[in-house]
Amino acid sequence: MAYTKRPDGRKLDEARNMTAEIGVIPNADGSAKFSFGDTIAIAAVYGPKTMHPQHKQNPQRGVLRCTYDMLSFSVTERKRPGPSRRSQEISKIIEWSLSPVLDLEEFPNTVVDVHIMITQANASTRCAAINAAALALAQAGIPMKDLVTSVSIGKLDKTLVVDVTKEEEDYKEGEGATDIAMTLMSNNDEITSLQLDGKIPPQALKEAIRLGRAATKKIHEVQVGALKAYIEENKK
Amino acid sequence: MDEEKEKNEGKRQVAIPGEIIKTGKEYLPGDGARRDGENIVACRFGLQDEYGRFLRVIPLSGPYIPRKGNLVIGKVADISFNGWIIDVGSPYTSFLMLNEYPKYIESDDLESYLAIGDLVLCKIHRTKRKGMDLTMKERGLGKIEDGMITTINSNKVPRVIGKEGSMVKLIKDSTQCDITVGQNGVIWIKGSSVEHELYARGAINFVVERSYLSGLTEEVKKYLEQNKIE
Repeated sequence: MAYTKRPDGRKLDEARNMTAEIGVIPNADGSAKFSFGDTIAIAAVYGPKTMHPQHKQNPQRGVLRCTYDMLSFSVTERKRPGPSRRSQEISKIIEWSLSPVLDLEEFPNTVVDVHIMITQANASTRCAAINAAALALAQAGIPMKDLVTSVSIGKLDKTLVVDVTKEEEDYKEGEGATDIAMTLMSNNDEITSLQLDGKIPPQALKEAIRLGRAATKKIHEVQVGALKAYIEENKK
Repeated sequence: MDEEKEKNEGKRQVAIPGEIIKTGKEYLPGDGARRDGENIVACRFGLQDEYGRFLRVIPLSGPYIPRKGNLVIGKVADISFNGWIIDVGSPYTSFLMLNEYPKYIESDDLESYLAIGDLVLCKIHRTKRKGMDLTMKERGLGKIEDGMITTINSNKVPRVIGKEGSMVKLIKDSTQCDITVGQNGVIWIKGSSVEHELYARGAINFVVERSYLSGLTEEVKKYLEQNKIE
């Protein structure tokens, strides 16, 4: 039987309930919280500041350094705290997803630190992390060409769905589950990162990207809404 | 043009990075904006501002960008053989050379003049690609010995100073404190008592929190009246 009904009753092209909030960490230069349903990410930006160790400085432009991690209580089975193979890999991917839109040429030899913590996880954590980080970078006043928006597309058996949950990620029937996490620039057609975990025919991948593009439009609206609300709140 | 600025203050639009501010060949991109074909696109988060043909984004946050001639307040971070390294809160460190100190010093005796952790009021006399040089050879500059320090976001400094210093003058006059605003967002308040200094600091925080409002001077007058001491 084909996958037609989602466990939480969402439409196939519907993302979970999203919330975004700016300025959640007063001591950071920029911070934001972003959530897809139960998945909650908090990002904090510090810098630009002088890069240490010095041998990592780039005399032509500033460097972006991301640290992603899941807090030990964020998942049902306690996660061992501290960096792991998985968190290091995702940190690097977040760096690659964000750096194409950042304009750090004005700040040679510096580093912009982005710390992202997942306080609650139910799949798509890297997408929530990237969305939160983009907002935090904007609040920190870092020059950026565009905002980025990230979404995960799942292929469950032969059906494409937007924003997968843990339950869907573990779907075993038919062709099984494939998870495609992608990050798109918000105001043009460029893709900054695309990951594929599983098997998918080329035609379906194209369809998945099209679906992702439509989904990021709505996520971008949430991001813009949060940024505007932050200023409006200060005006009062 | 300042009057026009004041008028537009209330209805300024929010600028989101990547968002198209306006379309048309007749407009030119200012600070925080760039041209993309026909469009002027924001590349910072802030408020949109239009002056003449230029469209720019007024940043509300972000690092302090030093400019030549800026008055800054910094902390001595390190001492080298020919001067002091001063932290002014910008991405780069700044340097106060020995011969920019107001009097002649033997180079083995730097610490007795300015020790690590001392606060200094300086002027930027040169900016380099990486960092800047400071000078203390001007009237009023030097080590800060007493008073109170408060730090605000450097992008809010123009608001605290006001038009031709009107805002800071208002606070100075009604709190009887001497206030020096560093362009890097560090403010030195010196009054006759701690109460006076706290009163002035309260007024400064009031301005920073309401920096988006138009007609702020009147509001500040009211605030100062309400919280008057004695």
